[in-house]
Amino acid sequence: MASGGCDRTPVRLNEGPAVGSLERHRMAYTIEGSTGTWEVVVGLEVHAQVVSQAKLFSGAATAFGAEPNSQVSFVDAAFPGMLPVVNAECVTQAVRTGLGLNAQIHPVSRFDRKNYFYADLPSGYQISQFEHPIVGTGEIEVELADGSTKVIGITRLHLEQDAGKSIHDQHPTKTLIDLNRSGVALMEIVSEPDIRSPEEAGAYVRKLRSILRYLGTCDGNMEEGSMRADVNVSVRKHGEPYRTRCEVKNVNSIRFVMQAVEAEATRQVEVWESGGTVMQETRLFDSGRGITRSMRSKEDAHDYRYFPDPDLLPLVLDEDWIAALKASLPELPDAKRARFIQSYGLSPYDAAVLVAEKATAEFYETVATGRDAKIAANWITGDFFAAMNRLGRTIENPPVTAAALGGLLDLMADNTINGRIAKDVFEAMVETGKDAATIVDEKGLRQVTDAGAIDEAVNRILAANPDKVAEYRSGKDKLFGFFVGQTMKALAGKGNPALINETLKRLLAA
Amino acid sequence: MSLDHATVRRIASLARIRVEDHEVEPLCHELNGILGWIEQLNEVDVSGIAPLTGAANMAAPLREDVVTDGGYPEKVLANAPERIGDFYVVPKVVE
Repeated sequence: MASGGCDRTPVRLNEGPAVGSLERHRMAYTIEGSTGTWEVVVGLEVHAQVVSQAKLFSGAATAFGAEPNSQVSFVDAAFPGMLPVVNAECVTQAVRTGLGLNAQIHPVSRFDRKNYFYADLPSGYQISQFEHPIVGTGEIEVELADGSTKVIGITRLHLEQDAGKSIHDQHPTKTLIDLNRSGVALMEIVSEPDIRSPEEAGAYVRKLRSILRYLGTCDGNMEEGSMRADVNVSVRKHGEPYRTRCEVKNVNSIRFVMQAVEAEATRQVEVWESGGTVMQETRLFDSGRGITRSMRSKEDAHDYRYFPDPDLLPLVLDEDWIAALKASLPELPDAKRARFIQSYGLSPYDAAVLVAEKATAEFYETVATGRDAKIAANWITGDFFAAMNRLGRTIENPPVTAAALGGLLDLMADNTINGRIAKDVFEAMVETGKDAATIVDEKGLRQVTDAGAIDEAVNRILAANPDKVAEYRSGKDKLFGFFVGQTMKALAGKGNPALINETLKRLLAA
Repeated sequence: MSLDHATVRRIASLARIRVEDHEVEPLCHELNGILGWIEQLNEVDVSGIAPLTGAANMAAPLREDVVTDGGYPEKVLANAPERIGDFYVVPKVVE
């Protein structure tokens, strides 16, 4: 535990310029220790499962959730004499991802063997790319809660095989092994140590996942393990060079990535301040207790003895082919956000929310096309998201379809219903699955736009409240809202607000 | 370059090969002989020559992304020392 009763809660500084010119206007995340203020340095290695039918080096299937060992070829099980052959689609996906990360594509890359012993790695080595990765340096821009953005450097992206799956909880003394995942293609995407807070770490993984999903190169499903992060954390005093880092392995949600950064940084500050030394090691994040703990004690665990895989020739890419892939990339989140701001007049915040998921952006564009784009954005980020979250639905399985929501907005646009009634109609749509027009007809919710009817209602309200009318006329303007409310109530909520306002002003002035 | 006993034991441990105490000295001698022979290659001047990692100077052939293999757990598990259902079974591995 903490020594000396110092406050080790991460705090945000309220004064002084933050480090680095890019961050000048943002408050830096720091940890207050007993010996001073500590900065957190984080780099992430994200393992993203490549979307492909077959594995990286064999023709076995990659589908999730199949019967044990049913999607395993002799190559994946490392039977003697079996030779790997590279899957062209996995190469394409890695290059497309590299292009989406604004990264250099290396026309020549190579596969190496990373040697280690583990029961779910039948060959005793993982085929990876060590010295010559397929993709080099790139960058992504992340959006932070205070509205600022930050560029995080990408060091590299390389292709490698996944290992099999060990199941430890089915037998008291045995481990069960399923090799279905063995040989599935992964992209390991390594960031520069540019990340300085849990928030930035979360924003980075979120943005990376969004880009991968837009590209269709990884489904980004962290629950099923198709995306996992190794979190490298160190701490230092302001202006110091990097200190020793620890790697927190296999963190499988964005929330846990953020928690792991904070827990590990806090632990390291305590180690340094109690006179100890942080040792470079691999640790695990225990999400139940919110701490990290040491994982591998053997110091030779990291002696991977890399060497070029003699079974595989260099991967050589044609420059024209790379250019063609680049030309065929879909519109990515940053470009889409800029377009939403420009052509739909959305705020940067609303645009960021709407483009985070490709499916949400498509839903929005379906609703917004030919309609008031801002009203469409308000409805989707407001009532629609609220209903979706309340019911545990997703954008792929929405509580109301884009066409139906568009239909509701049309009824507002042509004055069939007013905005207040629209909210009730929306809830009825969610509940019954009927379209807006049907609900409006069935429940008789059509807006009262008949001037005679509104005149009559207003006159009735004024006659019933002579004292309030007198007060209003003697200068108590705030009472106007009271009259609007009473009139709307008299019309069962169906009055046209503009007409009511107009009528009230006219008759009260009389 | 020459290997000491500790390095020989470490290499054996990384390769998961059991080496008895009396085998270490002869192994050390043999490995040093092999290394000495290989070190002669260092005498060749290779400056300006790109490293060759394979026997053939050609690009890797690529395979189409089609499922053509798998679906035979019985064959895959044929040599498993132990199994439960279609899983391999090994002594408990705990991190």
